[in-house]
Amino acid sequence: MLRDITIGQYYPTGSVMHRMDPRVKLFGTLVFLISVFVYRGIVGLAVVTLFLAGVIGISRVPFRYMIRGLRAILVLMLITALFNLFLTPGEVLFSFWKLKITEEGLICAVRMAIRLTYLILGTSLMTLTTTPNQLTDGLEKSLGPLRRLRVPVHEISMIMSIALRFIPILTEETDKIMKAQMARGASFDDGNIIKKAKSLIPLLVPLFISAFRRANDLAMAMEARCYHGGEGRTKMKPLRYQGIDRAAYTVLVLYLLLLIALRVLL
Amino acid sequence: MSIILDHVNYIYGQGSAYEAYALKDISLEIKDGQFIGIIGHTGSGKSTLIQHLNGLLRATSGSIYYNGEDIYDDGYDMRTLRSKVGLVFQYPEHQLFETTILADVCFGPMNQGLDKNAAELRAFEALHSAGIPEELFDQSPFDLSGGQKRRVAVAGVLAMKPEILILDEPTAGLDPKGRDEILDRLAKLHAEKHITVVLVSHSMEDVAKYVERIIVMNQGSVMYDDSPKNVFRYYRELEQVGLAAPQVTYLMHELREKGYAVSTDVTTVAEAKQEILQAMQIGLPKEL
Repeated sequence: MLRDITIGQYYPTGSVMHRMDPRVKLFGTLVFLISVFVYRGIVGLAVVTLFLAGVIGISRVPFRYMIRGLRAILVLMLITALFNLFLTPGEVLFSFWKLKITEEGLICAVRMAIRLTYLILGTSLMTLTTTPNQLTDGLEKSLGPLRRLRVPVHEISMIMSIALRFIPILTEETDKIMKAQMARGASFDDGNIIKKAKSLIPLLVPLFISAFRRANDLAMAMEARCYHGGEGRTKMKPLRYQGIDRAAYTVLVLYLLLLIALRVLL
Repeated sequence: MSIILDHVNYIYGQGSAYEAYALKDISLEIKDGQFIGIIGHTGSGKSTLIQHLNGLLRATSGSIYYNGEDIYDDGYDMRTLRSKVGLVFQYPEHQLFETTILADVCFGPMNQGLDKNAAELRAFEALHSAGIPEELFDQSPFDLSGGQKRRVAVAGVLAMKPEILILDEPTAGLDPKGRDEILDRLAKLHAEKHITVVLVSHSMEDVAKYVERIIVMNQGSVMYDDSPKNVFRYYRELEQVGLAAPQVTYLMHELREKGYAVSTDVTTVAEAKQEILQAMQIGLPKEL
């Protein structure tokens, strides 16, 4: 039931992208996010699109599977597009009643829709090719210098990896409790808003109880193993850059320079 | 009154990297009044199978008939089906949510459209047959012991007066006393109220004493479907799929090999005792 959410899910294909150092992918995602807002004009859009298509191709994650993740933000995208369409001042294309569509609004709506789509595709590609553990490892290492400023980097990344780890568990649990209550005749999609909200109680109460129970168990298990945080902790699989990572960095920097050059020159 | 499964297939995660057959071409009939055990190793598809029986999962292909009606027909009322086929999930105590035990057990009957009084009447009856003492009815379900919580959760399904009661691993995580209490209550329900009971378990030991028919699942298919006596004859094959026959089966086979005139078809400790006593009266094997 809740399996349609693809953001934050890992999709193993064993491609080059999957084997890359998570730091490269974090940096790459950042570069891509910047590029989505930096590009200008049709040429820029073409470069960004080509880059995204190429990276998706390399990752070997089925495109259909990635598109499914977009469904979750469809409503958000529609609302943004509508606001842009009707509320941007400019040259009126056509109007009816009090609403008017302007040329600027149309361009803005399309550009915004493209940006949002690319943002989601780009970021979900990172999580689809990187396990949560790798991701937090990469984040911890990348943010390492902040430790000098007394930022508890290790603790933050630990909290993140635990939170990420629990998403599928709690999703599964929700599914299970939903089914169990449905077996007792509950229904979650009948009636008006108040009735719907009420029908969530039999789902939410057990879910919260189980989340607390799991948190307790985990804390107990960590303490039983004398876990005490980041100081002096070593890694089983320390992150080391390979040739492929260096190549990826080069490509990313070139890509960003190209887009900036296009923006400045055109 | 019966459930018929006709060539049911279920594919899990279709279209993703995790695609896998959870059920492969299952055809079987669950007749009225039977006490059935579904046995299988973890991941053999037994939980998936029972979720099809009340329409929580929809088969990828194949049909399911309840009392002769196709449950996948347009306009078939799934909610009625779910009140006729009561399903108790694994660790059912995790689904308790109300402030009092009575209110929690009333949840099912109220969803069936009964008024408060009628629902409480049902809840009383169900809690009694689950063996919960009356002075606990107004307490919070979260203050109970593990075994009691589970029996309250079972009562929550029983209060809907199902014609078929399906339980997924009802004894998981219980001590021997809690386990026997639950299983004995179920046997009593079956005998007195003639409810069809389907018991899912991975332990032959639990099941052998109570059921009249065993369905062994392995990797999404039905491996054996027969009386316990006949199924346990395949105890060597069962071992290969990660299951084991009850210990008495092994004992009887070993006694037989040593030359004692015992039948190897016994399934419970009581029957085994009878057999062994009889064999002792006949006397020791001649060659000893």
